[in-house]
Amino acid sequence: MPLVLNEEQVLLKDSARDFFANKMPVKQLRTLRDNNDATGYSTESWQEIVALGWPGVAIPEAFGGLEFGYTGLGVVMEESGRTLAASPLFATCALGANLILFGGSEDQKSDLLPRVAQGELTLALAIEESSTHGPERTRAQATEDGDSFVLDGSKKYVLDGHSADQILVLARTSGSAGRSDGLTLFLVDPAASGVQIGRLQTMDARNWANIDLSGVRVPKSAVLGTVGQAAAPLQDALSAAQILLSAEMLGSTLECFERTIEYIKTRVQFDRAIGSLQAIQHRAAHMYSEIELAKSVVINALQALDQDTRGDELAKIASLTKAKLAEVFNLVSSEGVQMHGGIGMTDEEEIGFFLKRARATEHTLGDVRYHQNRYGALIGV
Amino acid sequence: MSDLNKFREDTRAWLDANCPASIRANKEAAAESQFTKKRRSGDSVVWLERMAEKGWVAPTWPREYGGGGLSAEEAGILREEMRRIKAPPPYMGMGLTMIGPTLLEFGTEDQKQRHIPGITSGEVHWCQGYSEPNAGSDLANLQTRAEDQGDHFLVNGSKIWTSGAMYADWMFCLTRTDSSVQKQKGITFLLFPMDDPGVTVKPIRLISGESPFCQVFFDNVKARKDDLVGKVNEGWTVGKRLLQHERNSIGGGGTRMGLSVGVVDVARQYRADDEGRIEDPLLRQQLIQHQINSQAFALTNKRIMDEAMNGQTPGFTTSMLKYYGSELTKASSEMMVSMMGPQGLGREDPEHYSNQELEITRAWLFHKALTIAGGCSEVQLDIISKRILELPPY
Repeated sequence: MPLVLNEEQVLLKDSARDFFANKMPVKQLRTLRDNNDATGYSTESWQEIVALGWPGVAIPEAFGGLEFGYTGLGVVMEESGRTLAASPLFATCALGANLILFGGSEDQKSDLLPRVAQGELTLALAIEESSTHGPERTRAQATEDGDSFVLDGSKKYVLDGHSADQILVLARTSGSAGRSDGLTLFLVDPAASGVQIGRLQTMDARNWANIDLSGVRVPKSAVLGTVGQAAAPLQDALSAAQILLSAEMLGSTLECFERTIEYIKTRVQFDRAIGSLQAIQHRAAHMYSEIELAKSVVINALQALDQDTRGDELAKIASLTKAKLAEVFNLVSSEGVQMHGGIGMTDEEEIGFFLKRARATEHTLGDVRYHQNRYGALIGV
Repeated sequence: MSDLNKFREDTRAWLDANCPASIRANKEAAAESQFTKKRRSGDSVVWLERMAEKGWVAPTWPREYGGGGLSAEEAGILREEMRRIKAPPPYMGMGLTMIGPTLLEFGTEDQKQRHIPGITSGEVHWCQGYSEPNAGSDLANLQTRAEDQGDHFLVNGSKIWTSGAMYADWMFCLTRTDSSVQKQKGITFLLFPMDDPGVTVKPIRLISGESPFCQVFFDNVKARKDDLVGKVNEGWTVGKRLLQHERNSIGGGGTRMGLSVGVVDVARQYRADDEGRIEDPLLRQQLIQHQINSQAFALTNKRIMDEAMNGQTPGFTTSMLKYYGSELTKASSEMMVSMMGPQGLGREDPEHYSNQELEITRAWLFHKALTIAGGCSEVQLDIISKRILELPPY
């Protein structure tokens, strides 16, 4: 399949670019941060995104979505990355809805996905328990008790954990930490007794929360899919989310790079634009080359998702993509601050927001080392 | 059935019937694709003749000059179908990758008719007279003089790094016709035959040993007036355009560049435990990073080709591909030699070093040229800065 967008995808991308630039500029994130906003995103903007139908872009028509594919959702994520837009789109659609689609029962899909597509339901996924990514490291316990399960454990770095309507919690129904069998996903109401949610203040102002579960009782119907069988659908859903997050990172990288190029064209020192100096030019040209590689891995991965690539083959593509994007976004955001010089160190200049977001996205769903390691294992190195 | 599906079916059937079995998946036959017809024998000649007859030595070129007249999509299908049966390219060379496309764009009707059919039939080999001892990265500084003698130009001077000059039938050459103006403005693009008595070719031995590179000397060489491409003193425009075609084909695209093994194979042979695992975690990380970049670069080559088919002109992105691809290829052989340790340091000593070891060592040395030839990495970064990023001049 040619690695280019089709006409409809280009149109969607263009309208997403306009929407985020006009309605959700970086300034909005700054205001949310400065006001310590309780929700962490603008509900008004979210309603506008809902009105555009974007929460349902990748959801099949059978479940009330637009069935526009992952490449469609990917270009929306990319454009949202350009302005670092804060919205439930990633946690709810890229993570939550995919997990339901890959791992839920038919009833759960018919019940939950149309509500996601309509913007009536936001989701969060609680997997991490330490600063190292890895679902198989899960220790949180789910104990069967009559016709319910009782959940105990501590979850960390849950995206939108403080604001989501429902939380998907990964816990162990059998086996021990380090094994991928015996993992089960539960739909948990954040208002349920025993659920303690503590929002984190993070430097990139992305919405993370730690969630403590202590004797939380959920009915058996709250099990997503099959007891003990969460590993496979979770791997696919995480791969999909890693790819969509990479698309978002690509948008942020491009914006950060373009702002930096604009700056070095106009900033004058030694009586000349600093962008005329070879020491700057060659680094800029190298970044440009790396970004070209980043674009290619992202569109390739989105198309693989749309062509129903799954399992280890998808994981391999996801790790290639996330590892490359994290490396390139880190490079471009660090150089962005460096090339902006002193002004780049000020909070008033927005380039620093990209530096912070680069590191936060790297550490979401597996860092560079995690993905390099997994890619190596999957290609037999 | 769509037209393209029909084309694929016909192409597959034709290739099955016409590509001799003996040359499929055959390394020697693939190496012979660099040769013109007179330097080949057996099935390799048959393959070239059949493909030339069909116009598929240059599938997208116009039929009137011996091309295939195919669309970009059809040419893509032809490439895929050839890859499927591991057919070697019928012919390769600078005629196809550089001077042919340039003549189709800038040449006169007479030049196209005289020169293109020799390329599409695989009978005339071309070499490139660009670099000179004092004009490498600063190519426009070239000094080889061409004097207008009425019905012809008289060429005197020397070219260096002329790849394949000893086998070439013709040269396309940048010459100086005016030294009194800005150096880019006094250059003229000429064509002349290599069997002119004034041409002397001297092969160059490289740090890697034997090489296809030569120095070529001109002593009153005659170039016909009607072999002037473009206008007198406007050769720089033609020459620069040709370089974009060259960058498309140089650099190796991060591939193995003719080596039969890759970095991972070498790691397994020299640095793995009994179960085939790479023992050193630092080496493993280095390998993985290299594989990630190679894969990402391969996808980039594909994306840019796909975009070109989609009507977007690649333009100066070829500089990015040349820069990144050549650096990547160089890094891969550097890693291989490093993993081989002292076994990677043999010099034509088949008693103590395997053929593979000697091959890799030679490649490692030769790959140093990739980031120098065809516009060095620093020049490519300059081009990206100036032409793509539009950064201001110093």
